[in-house]
Amino acid sequence: MNEHLNNIIVAKKELPSSLVKLGWVLTMLGLVLVGISYITDAQRAVQNNLIGFTFLASVSVGAVFFIALEYIAGAVWSTPFRRVTEFLAATLPLLIILAIPLFMNMHNLFEWTHTDVVTSDKVLHGKASYLNVNSFTIRFAVMMAIWMLFYLVFRKHSFVQDLNHDQKHTSINIKFAAVFIPVYAISISLFAFDWLMSLTPHWFSTIFGVYYFIGSIVCTLSVITYLVVSLAEKGYFFKGITEDHYYSFGALLFALLSFWAYIAFSQFMLIWYANLPEENFWFIARWKNGWEYISSALALFHFWIPYFMLVSRPSKMNKGNLKRTALLLIAAHFLDLYWMVMPTFHASPVFSFHELAFPMLTLGLIIVVFAIQSKKYNMVPIGDPKLERGIDFRL
Amino acid sequence: MANSLYSIVATFESPDTIIKAAKAVRDAGYKKFDVHTPFPVHGMDKAMSLPETKLGFVTLAAAILGAVGMISFASWVAAVDYPLVIGGKPYWSWPAFVPVTYEIAVLASVVLTVVIMIVFFFKFPNISHPLHDTPYMKKVSSDKFGVSIQAQDELFNEKKVRELLQSLGGNVDAVYYSDEFINFKPQLFEPKFLLLLAGIAMASSAGGYLLWNKILFLPPYDWMMEQQKVKPQMVSNFYSDKFAMRQPVEGTVARGYIPYPYKDKPDDAGKYLVNPLLPTKQVLELGKKKFLTFCSPCHGNFGQGDSRLRGQFPNPPSLHSDKVRGWPDGNIYHVITNGQNVMPSYQYQVSREERWAIILYIRTLQRALNAKESDLQ
Ligand code: HEC
Repeated sequence: MNEHLNNIIVAKKELPSSLVKLGWVLTMLGLVLVGISYITDAQRAVQNNLIGFTFLASVSVGAVFFIALEYIAGAVWSTPFRRVTEFLAATLPLLIILAIPLFMNMHNLFEWTHTDVVTSDKVLHGKASYLNVNSFTIRFAVMMAIWMLFYLVFRKHSFVQDLNHDQKHTSINIKFAAVFIPVYAISISLFAFDWLMSLTPHWFSTIFGVYYFIGSIVCTLSVITYLVVSLAEKGYFFKGITEDHYYSFGALLFALLSFWAYIAFSQFMLIWYANLPEENFWFIARWKNGWEYISSALALFHFWIPYFMLVSRPSKMNKGNLKRTALLLIAAHFLDLYWMVMPTFHASPVFSFHELAFPMLTLGLIIVVFAIQSKKYNMVPIGDPKLERGIDFRL
Repeated sequence: MANSLYSIVATFESPDTIIKAAKAVRDAGYKKFDVHTPFPVHGMDKAMSLPETKLGFVTLAAAILGAVGMISFASWVAAVDYPLVIGGKPYWSWPAFVPVTYEIAVLASVVLTVVIMIVFFFKFPNISHPLHDTPYMKKVSSDKFGVSIQAQDELFNEKKVRELLQSLGGNVDAVYYSDEFINFKPQLFEPKFLLLLAGIAMASSAGGYLLWNKILFLPPYDWMMEQQKVKPQMVSNFYSDKFAMRQPVEGTVARGYIPYPYKDKPDDAGKYLVNPLLPTKQVLELGKKKFLTFCSPCHGNFGQGDSRLRGQFPNPPSLHSDKVRGWPDGNIYHVITNGQNVMPSYQYQVSREERWAIILYIRTLQRALNAKESDLQ
């Protein structure tokens, strides 16, 4: 690394203790609440467990996607902050832990696991070769293995590069990223079909995988943006972070949340227009008995409000505004998952401490993992050949 | 050329030097200066202390205008002006309007932004600028970076400006302009221009006419007309009776359709049918409308049998004959429904209600031509 970089890169890497504490408190409190939730109402706890699980999947798998995206797009503006994404991806193994209670309670979640129902139901019978416990489990195992594999490869090359500054690691990661993108596209769609769409096994929407994908990507980018902006404010990463860096986060977030609205509306409008009874019941269930308020709130908080928060040019570079929008979108992703999962089980919206337990736990876990990782590794990929261009990035 | 000084210009070799120059010119207090570079130089807005552009508000206003306009238009068409039930949905089905509203909002914001930029910022239709077509502009649009300080600036002093730019290392020059050339206003109503417009209009209409009415019907563009589908009255080998058009199952009665029981029995129709309508203003207006549409071509506007068909067709009789005046309503109804000799049946064109309304209107016409003493008082 040359002199110039040495002077501006900040060695500081331990997170502010307030953030670390917050992470531990959330995790512990979340764990206690999860315990109480499972004891008092196991049914409800499993449903929320699914929300927490899919949320963590959104962030961890989405983080792997963003690593790959940076490599394959040759992006430089995000290189100085890539470690944030890499640390977030380290939550990937936790998915398995959150999945264990789900596998133990599959009968309470998935109608298609009841063999008696399946044999007497023509539609479910027809889907049984795909939707059965064995192939479901195998699919999950394969997906986890693939995601872990790519995560470990990216991570290894990126971290080794800190020591030897060798460009070849970047080229290797680019090749892996090229393979990962299509693999990711297929696996994340199947993940959404398996864990979310199959809650109502009679229903189908071919766009559902894309819908979950973009929701998860908006959420991941929000987490990244929040962490980057708040750490940068405290002097992490490097000296002289410009508005152009912030603007890039704001603009990408703006684009992605618009794409979410586009996909969400496309899914709704085609089903609404055709109005076929085998499709429309999913939306009808979400437009009665109080669910219409949740649906409207989703449109409001996942699109309209953040859209106008980010629409003007200065607002995309305003740090406070970026953080607020990011937090809003993280909450909106929880709402989105709640909206996908809960109407299957509850005729009208429910809300109590059960619904808070898993968001607390997952957010706490993400912060804790992030803190541990940032303590161990460099906050900035100092060996990356794109780093200098990333630091000097101007729009 | 009556030349006056427009500005003192200087060219520099690199983006860094032009940024420095821009900052120096700004710091010297000049307001009316501009920078020209072959490609966007980052950080120039700041170096020149340019304020944020206000064009974004124009775009926002245009987008809102487009969205509101389109939503209103779609609502008016679908719910007020031409209400049609589509897919069993309410007339005002907002989700169907979303895509087009979005498209129009984007279109309006793009087009209006460009138009407003051209008209207000570039002062269209004035198409000339003193810097156009100067050696300076040639240089800065290929490989040099230039700054130009206008003579209109309050602090302008040719000697000082030259010194400043020279001290910055620039290659200094001056740009002159002729007033009449720069403030030249295109004559919109010049005959040549109007002729050109007319020529373009004629050529494009002729092209459009040929395209839509001739070329599209020639091979290979006529593929749209050869489609794999059966049309009414075509032979279909799929059905054993070879009819493409299917007949309803025997005994089927269409919704809102009641078979006419007095076919070929005018006397019964006259005896048993009773006009269910009252001659209100509304009914008479409906009757007039339908009479003028369906009956007047033969029977004349006032039913006197004096239409332009007279002499070219078995003369349609007057509806003011004693015969028709003496008929009960049921008989006229029978003629409309069943037809009479050469007069065809109108049962498919005119609904039952409308037939009764027409009859009431005919009664009004009859009364008008044969008013009783008491009507005149
Ligand atoms: C195509 C021209 C044509 C149109 C249109 C037409 N008629 Fe006639 N109408 C005739 C002719 C011709 C006759 C005489 C038929 C005959 O020879 O008995 C006739 C006869 C009649 C008669 C019986 C008159 C009589 O003296 O026997 C009535 C009543 C009548 N039309 C009413 C109507 C009404 C009401 C309409 C509008 C719904 C209408 N017609 C439309 C051509 C027409």
